[in-house]
Amino acid sequence: MSWIENRFEEGLIVTSLDWAINWGRSSSIWPMTFGLACCAIEMMAVGASRFDIDRFGAGAFRASPRQCDLMIVAGTVTYKMASRLKRLYNQMPEPKYVMAMGACTVGGGPYFKHGYHVVKGVDLVVPVDIYIPGCPPRPEALLEALMRLQDKIRSQTRKKDLLTKAKEVALR
Amino acid sequence: MMTPEEVCQILKSEFATAIEEALLDGCHPCAKVARDRWVEVARFLRDDSRLRFNLLRSVAAIDMLAEDRLACVYDLMHIPTDDPTAMTTATRTLAVRVEVDRNAPTIPSVSQVWPAANWHEREAFDLMGIVFDGHPDLRRILCCDDWVGFPLRKDYEFPVEYHGIPATTEFELTNPRH
Repeated sequence: MSWIENRFEEGLIVTSLDWAINWGRSSSIWPMTFGLACCAIEMMAVGASRFDIDRFGAGAFRASPRQCDLMIVAGTVTYKMASRLKRLYNQMPEPKYVMAMGACTVGGGPYFKHGYHVVKGVDLVVPVDIYIPGCPPRPEALLEALMRLQDKIRSQTRKKDLLTKAKEVALR
Repeated sequence: MMTPEEVCQILKSEFATAIEEALLDGCHPCAKVARDRWVEVARFLRDDSRLRFNLLRSVAAIDMLAEDRLACVYDLMHIPTDDPTAMTTATRTLAVRVEVDRNAPTIPSVSQVWPAANWHEREAFDLMGIVFDGHPDLRRILCCDDWVGFPLRKDYEFPVEYHGIPATTEFELTNPRH
C-alpha cells in the first residue's frame, strides 16, 4: 500500500476501505447551525459565496439534528440555552462532532468574569472536537477549522476499534 | 412641547398627596410618585386630554443599596398619533419614579394601563426582584425559571454551579461575588 503512505499525518496507516469511508465522511460533513449570537453572522458569511463552504461539501446546513454530523456552536451559550443545546446534541446520530466557534464558546469570551448567565465555554455542556478562537473568528478561520476536522476524520479507523476489542478479549 | 415643569404642575394640581416631589434638576427630570397611588396617577397621565402619555418607553429599576431602597423609573412619552406631521413639535416626555423598601419591594403593576409594561416589569422582577401586584404573568423572562437570586442587585453573589455546570470562574472562593 505504498501509494497510501506519506499522504496523511505521520504514523497514520489506514486501510483502503477506511480511506474510502473517511473520504466520503470528511467530504460531506453536514453541519447543524447553532447560530446563537454574533458568530452566526460569520457562519452565514462562510455559507455565502465569497468564503464558500459548499466547496468542502459542507454547505448543506440541516435544521434538524437528526440529519447532520457537525454542530457548529456559533455564539454565546447561556444557562437557559445549555439544556436545549444538550438535548439537541443528544439527538444527533453518531458519528458526531462539535465545533466551538468564537471566544464565548471556547471559554466564556468577553463575559468570562461578569457574565452571570453565560456558560464559560460550551465544553462544560457537550464534548468539543475543534475550538476556533476569535471574536468573531474570520470566515477563513472557520474554514481552517473545518479542514482540521476533515484531517481528524481521515485519521479515524475502524481497524483501531477492532484491535482494541481484540486486546480486551485477550486480556480477559 | 410641554416642559416637565408644566407637566408636574398639572400633576400636582390633580394629585396633591400622591406626588411626593418633582426632581426637575439634572439630565433626567422626573416626578416622584407614592407607590400606593401609582396606578391612579398612571391612568391620569395616559387619559388626561392635556397630557396623553400614550407611550411607555422603558421601565428601569435602580438598586439604592446605601438607602436600602429600590426604585423604578418609568419613561413616558406622548406620540401624536392623530397628527403624524406634528411628530417633531408636539411630543412631550416625562419620567416617573416610584421608590420602595428593599426588603419588601412591591409596586402595583401598570400593565393594564400600558401593555408595554408587561415584559418590562417581568424583566425588573427577574433581574432586581421587584414584585408587581396585579401583573397577569409575573415570571422570569431572561434567566432560567429556576434561577436563584436577582442578578443585577448590587449584593448579588454568583452561584457556584447550576445543574452541574460551573457558574463562576472564581473556584477558590466559597461565596463568589464579582
